[in-house]
Amino acid sequence: MISPNLIKDLEALLGAENVFTSEADRTSYSYDSAVLPSTTPALVVRPTQTEQLGDIIRMCYEAGLAITVRGAGSNLSGGTVPDTKDSVVILTNSLNRILEINTEDLYAVVEPGVVTAQFAAAVEAKGLFYPPDPGSMSVSTIAGNIAENAGGLRGLKYGVTKDYVMGLEFYDYKGNLVKTGSRTVKCVTGFNLAGLMVASEGCMGVISKAILKLVPPPKASKALTAEFATVQDAGNAVAGIIAAHILPCTLELLDQNTLKVVEADQKAGLPTDAAAMLLIEVDGHPAQVADDAARVEEVLKKCNATAVHLPGSAEEKNKLWTARRMALPALARARPTCVLEDATVPRSQIPAMLAKLDEIAKKYDLQMGTFGHAGDGNLHPTILCDKRDKEEFARVEAAVDEIFDVALKLGGTLSGEHGIGTAKAKWMEKETSKGTIEFCQRMRRACDPNGLLNANKITGI
Amino acid sequence: MSDITRIANTLMKLDDMLCDCMRCGLCQAVCPVFGATMKEADVSRGKLALLDNLAHKMIEDVDAVEEKLNRCLLCGSCQANCPSGVKILDIFMAARQALVEYRGLNPIKKLVFRQLLTHPTLFSTMMRAAAPFQGTVMRKQGSTTYDMPLMSKLIGSRHIAKLPAKSLHATYGALNTPSKCGIKVLFFAGCMADKYYTQLGEACLKVLKHHGVGVVMPTDLTCCGIPALASGDRIGFVKETEKNLAIIAKELIGGGIDYILTPCGSCTATLKEWWPHFASEFSPEQRKTIEAVAARVMDINQFLIDVLHVDEKATGFRNAGSVTKVTFHDSCHLKKSLGVASQPRKLIAQNPNYELVEMKEADRCCGCGGSFTLFHYDLSKQIGQRKRENIVKTGAGAVATGCPACMLQLSDMLSQNQDEVQVKHPVEIYAEMLPE
Ligand SMILES: Cc1cc2nc3c(=O)[nH]c(=O)nc-3n(C[C@H](O)[C@H](O)[C@H](O)COP(=O)(O)OP(=O)(O)OC[C@H]3O[C@@H](n4cnc5c(N)ncnc54)[C@H](O)[C@@H]3O)c2cc1C
Ligand code: SF4
Ligand code: SF4
Repeated sequence: MISPNLIKDLEALLGAENVFTSEADRTSYSYDSAVLPSTTPALVVRPTQTEQLGDIIRMCYEAGLAITVRGAGSNLSGGTVPDTKDSVVILTNSLNRILEINTEDLYAVVEPGVVTAQFAAAVEAKGLFYPPDPGSMSVSTIAGNIAENAGGLRGLKYGVTKDYVMGLEFYDYKGNLVKTGSRTVKCVTGFNLAGLMVASEGCMGVISKAILKLVPPPKASKALTAEFATVQDAGNAVAGIIAAHILPCTLELLDQNTLKVVEADQKAGLPTDAAAMLLIEVDGHPAQVADDAARVEEVLKKCNATAVHLPGSAEEKNKLWTARRMALPALARARPTCVLEDATVPRSQIPAMLAKLDEIAKKYDLQMGTFGHAGDGNLHPTILCDKRDKEEFARVEAAVDEIFDVALKLGGTLSGEHGIGTAKAKWMEKETSKGTIEFCQRMRRACDPNGLLNANKITGI
Repeated sequence: MSDITRIANTLMKLDDMLCDCMRCGLCQAVCPVFGATMKEADVSRGKLALLDNLAHKMIEDVDAVEEKLNRCLLCGSCQANCPSGVKILDIFMAARQALVEYRGLNPIKKLVFRQLLTHPTLFSTMMRAAAPFQGTVMRKQGSTTYDMPLMSKLIGSRHIAKLPAKSLHATYGALNTPSKCGIKVLFFAGCMADKYYTQLGEACLKVLKHHGVGVVMPTDLTCCGIPALASGDRIGFVKETEKNLAIIAKELIGGGIDYILTPCGSCTATLKEWWPHFASEFSPEQRKTIEAVAARVMDINQFLIDVLHVDEKATGFRNAGSVTKVTFHDSCHLKKSLGVASQPRKLIAQNPNYELVEMKEADRCCGCGGSFTLFHYDLSKQIGQRKRENIVKTGAGAVATGCPACMLQLSDMLSQNQDEVQVKHPVEIYAEMLPE
């Protein structure tokens, strides 16, 4: 139970309109994008100034309340589902000011709740480029991206969110402000605490400000698509492109099941007889781009591509890329529930992984489509099902277990970009070691002695 | 059966549709209400989750769910953008009905939907009675807008245009003009163009006449039914629609009517989509008429461009004097429900006395949402303010939009801010360049 006095104090701090106690309001912060059971928190608060974060945490921590911080609630691993019915949820979406975009020193300073796409657009308007582009960027927040180390289509060449975090400010469990990193490219003033906060999923403290690196935008780009009769050929092409020392900014793969589902939904004239399709984009200096595109085409042909397209107009390119954009929507529309997985393997293992995924789908008699960032080995096997059908959903869960097993056996990882949360917590030790889990738990207890900061997530505490 | 079980059982019928929502949250990017309040309960994901919880009896406060559900413009932005293809509007309409059937309709809405809007003569009489007194009750605010302090209970502090002395059908009577181009249409003016923006109705008739289109306009058509539907008033909707069906059926006898045109995105979407959606409420005979209507109904902008191809004909004469910059607002029903976006722009481009400039977020909802603005004026104003900023930033002297409800909202927003920006329908702009 939350004491009425605490609620009064929070109302005095934030204004009554930013303290949500009604059942209906609280219920709407009980879930996120993960397919998991929900938990309704006891209280939801919405600071409008970053300084208020420290007071909120101190007051709630002292009152012994479990705390979950939430951005857009778009994570796919349960990171923002409250730990208990007595939890308090802290919303960051009213802390959404872009404080500075520095075009001379190539950095920006933002509050935690700034929406990724809005930030990227503001940066672009100033002639610069912020590359991390998770599929959810139209709603996801910068702190949510940092706390999940979100990736996106451009990961292969431009890296992921962690590669753009130059500095952070966050509040610890006592409500004290911690500062790390700086506006300079180089900075070794103390521990790299920003590194600790990346992928911390709300377990270490609450990010209140981020200094992000910006880069000059590429001057030109060129897209290609290729079809293959076997996934082995597609996999070889991916490896071949990298081996030719070309780093495309996107290198995406759609498997046959995905092509079929997208085609059924979109009627875009996709090659449903192809075993796989690759979508590739190279960018950079115009001369380099032309050269890279020609060499990519060569590699594709050498790897037995049955067809290669170089869209001439922007319109044609747009049409081809619709297939990639529509992959998740089309899969999601096919059945009521769509379980989006994130297992990642070394690039060279993509053909093996795709073959295994097919086997698993057959073994458990499930409909599965796989698409994703082939360039960095980050595939999204997507299982289409109906979670209300208990028998079918049990098969889904068994299949997911097996997908992780296979990914680990192939030298891969549980999650390329969707995080651990509670959804994948039970597999953590399998990929790492008992010692790793214990080390993380000891570290967590130092940062959260009473075990109140998103305690159930990742390793538990 | 307890009340909560009763409502839960009704909502369980929506379970298959509710289940399609994968909780991705992408609707946050487009929902105008969420954009103003940033509260999860205001975005579709939140509303769908609440309905799902109510259906499964995981939440007990029916009033609160209803209150949240009504904080929605039914603009369809979320549905148009939803990766999972959730039939969000179908769900919201059905849920609103279930809630109204569970507790009864608000008495003001009952009076409006079941009496006023189904009795066009009563409605018109009331408007006519009000018109001569406007001088005493309306205070001039902008160059063409007024507020009405004496009527603040009903219209709040809105700035609205002066009421016309006579409705469109009172001026024209029952029309039936012969066709010179071989096309005959039934003109469904809609409440707004018939009783409020009569100059819009007149512009439509002028354009149709100019192009030799034969026009049938019955005098006693009533409201299309969307306000009643949006308020969950199935009975009011059925009453209104039955009247309309009887009148339209008579006109359709013997064929000859090629299209049914409206100058209102909301009316078109209702006739085309909601009438068929609720066809099971009507008799087999009426259902046939519904089908015939849905097959013929078309937005007037779309008709002028896609059917008459007026953009392939010579444009009008350029008047002496400066060219007015005009920007275009995509009404939600027109663009997101009907996919009509290029046609009104092409129509505007026909008039050389205007120059079209695009505003930012042209297809973001203006915040009117029919009766939403009546019951949530502050929220509606907050959403409208964002639209107003985008309009003003273009530096345009006029804004055009294909829906009279949006016109009302835009005029109010601009007038409240003392902006001298005219609000017009694309057909009005097109009509201006045609000879009298
Ligand atoms: C359709 C769809 C597509 C997606 N595509 C991608 C993709 O391509 N790549 C990718 O990486 N992910 C993707 N995601 C997953 C998700 O969008 C990302 O993980 C994103 O970073 C989450 O941001 P958010 O603001 O929604 O964070 P939330 O979901 O609100 O929170 C995520 C985690 O961050 C913590 N957190 C939030 N704010 C703070 C803070 N201020 N301080 C400390 N911790 C905080 C939360 O406690 C939680 O553990 C996708 C999701 C969806 C639904
Ligand atoms: S966009 Fe569609 S599927 Fe996603 S949360 Fe909103 S309603 Fe649900
Ligand atoms: S219909 Fe419009 S207002 Fe209603 S939830 Fe969808 S986007 Fe929001």
